[in-house]
This record gives sequence, C-alpha cells and structure tokens, in this order.
Amino acid sequence: MNEEDAERVDALFHALADRTRRDILRRVLAGEHSVSALAANYEMSFAAVQKHVAVLERAGLLTKRRSGREQLASGDVEAVRSVTAMLAGLEQIWRGRITRIDALLEADLSPEE
Amino acid sequence: MPVTDVHHDLDNLTLTITAQFAAPVERVWQIYADPRQLEKVWGPPTYPATVVDHDLTPGGRVTYYMTGPTGDRHAGYWLVTAVDEPNSLTFEDGFADLDFTPNPAMPVSRNVYTFTGYEGGTRATYTGVYESADALKKVLEMGIVEGSTLAINQIDTLLS
Repeated sequence: MNEEDAERVDALFHALADRTRRDILRRVLAGEHSVSALAANYEMSFAAVQKHVAVLERAGLLTKRRSGREQLASGDVEAVRSVTAMLAGLEQIWRGRITRIDALLEADLSPEE
Repeated sequence: MPVTDVHHDLDNLTLTITAQFAAPVERVWQIYADPRQLEKVWGPPTYPATVVDHDLTPGGRVTYYMTGPTGDRHAGYWLVTAVDEPNSLTFEDGFADLDFTPNPAMPVSRNVYTFTGYEGGTRATYTGVYESADALKKVLEMGIVEGSTLAINQIDTLLS
C-alpha cells in the first residue's frame, strides 16, 4: 500500500470510528440534508455537528454544496462501497473482538466477584 | 489499546490486525479452544454469540449463531483447516442457515490466526482474505447486525 492509500485508509477509519458520524453518514446516504437539519438530530452544538460533517467530507464519504445560506451534504455511495471503506468497516468488527478478548484476559487478573 | 498494527491490502482484499495481549500464548489459545469463552468475545453485547458445535481439529467445524435485540438469529460456521495448538489456527468462516447448513450463496473468508510469545505476553496476528469486493460487501452486510459498521444493505434498499 502506498503512502496515499495509507492516508486514505486512516482518514476513512477515523471517519467511521465515531457513532455520530456513522449516523450522519447513514442520513446523508439516504438523501441530501442541510447541515442545520442534521444538527437538529443530535444533542450537541451546531459547530460540533459541522466538525463531524467536515471529517466525513475529508474522508471522501460525503460532499457538500452551498445553496443560499444553507450547506447541503450528501453521501457518496461509491466511496462507501469502496474496498477501502469496506476493509475499514471490517476492521471495526475485528477491533471489537480484540477489545473483548483483552477484557476477558484482564478479568483473569481480578479476584472473583 | 491492544491493537498494535493494522494492514489493509486493497489488491488482495486482505485485512491483517496485530494485537498484543497481556497473557501467555496458552491462555489466549484457551479462548478459542473453549466455546464458552469464544462466544464471549465473538459477538458484541448487542448481538451475543452462542457456539453450538466446537471441533477445533482439521476438518472439524465450529458453528455459532448470534442473537439480536429482537430475537433475530444469524448463523455462521468455521471449517477448521489447520491447527497448531497453541500457535496457530486456520479456518474458513462462512454463513449458514439456522440448522448450520452452509449457505453457498454467501462468501467464505480464509482466516489465519497466529499467537506468538512476545515481551511476556502474546502477539496475536489475525488475517482474513476475501474472495471479491462483493464478498466483502456481503460480510459487512452481516456485520451490520453488530451495529458497528455502515448499513451497506440499507444503501441498496434506498437506491432500488
């Protein structure tokens, strides 16, 4: 894997590693949403949601366009289906298992409850 | 974090993850050798796994199902191809019907797990090879049930 691919994978993984960002992505894959409409779904500031949208945009999973005062975001289906994105998705499943193995091994060290 | 390295091979559709565990190789092996421990780590809390058959010998099968929040069940199997206790395990991982008949329409991945002693603990290397991008997509569609991946099948529904 060359440097550029490696950076893409990192950006994708980082983008997908957050529950809110996965939720935003799910919404914008279903259709174009304004960033303010997206922000209304979460208990966080508009600026925080904007930041999440920017992370998804940098990872190439989402594109934005301006319409008047609104910023409209839509998901890039091809990017989500790319092998890079899929391997990043699989990586998350495996990381979950590794975390659980680690927890199980740590439980060995704790006294019986 | 136990994960020390991740490698995505885009050309060969291969994922390799290396992790470091603070336990001897024999202890890490036990997790795979004991169905009750394996099911604790295989599925996430939202989709716990139940291991049914567990024959960790070459040609043997390990079968499991995962149960979702609404009682939905998703079955899978391992076909064990090589075992070198406690150092390595090679198996094919596929999907099955609820009676554990392999589902030939679903992809099979080839997996190699290796465990080596390192700095007083165990270095585990997990490798999975997928036969096609489509196979990977199907695996992820199933992985969605774990709530940790993108709803790729939802995309198909939306586009149809």
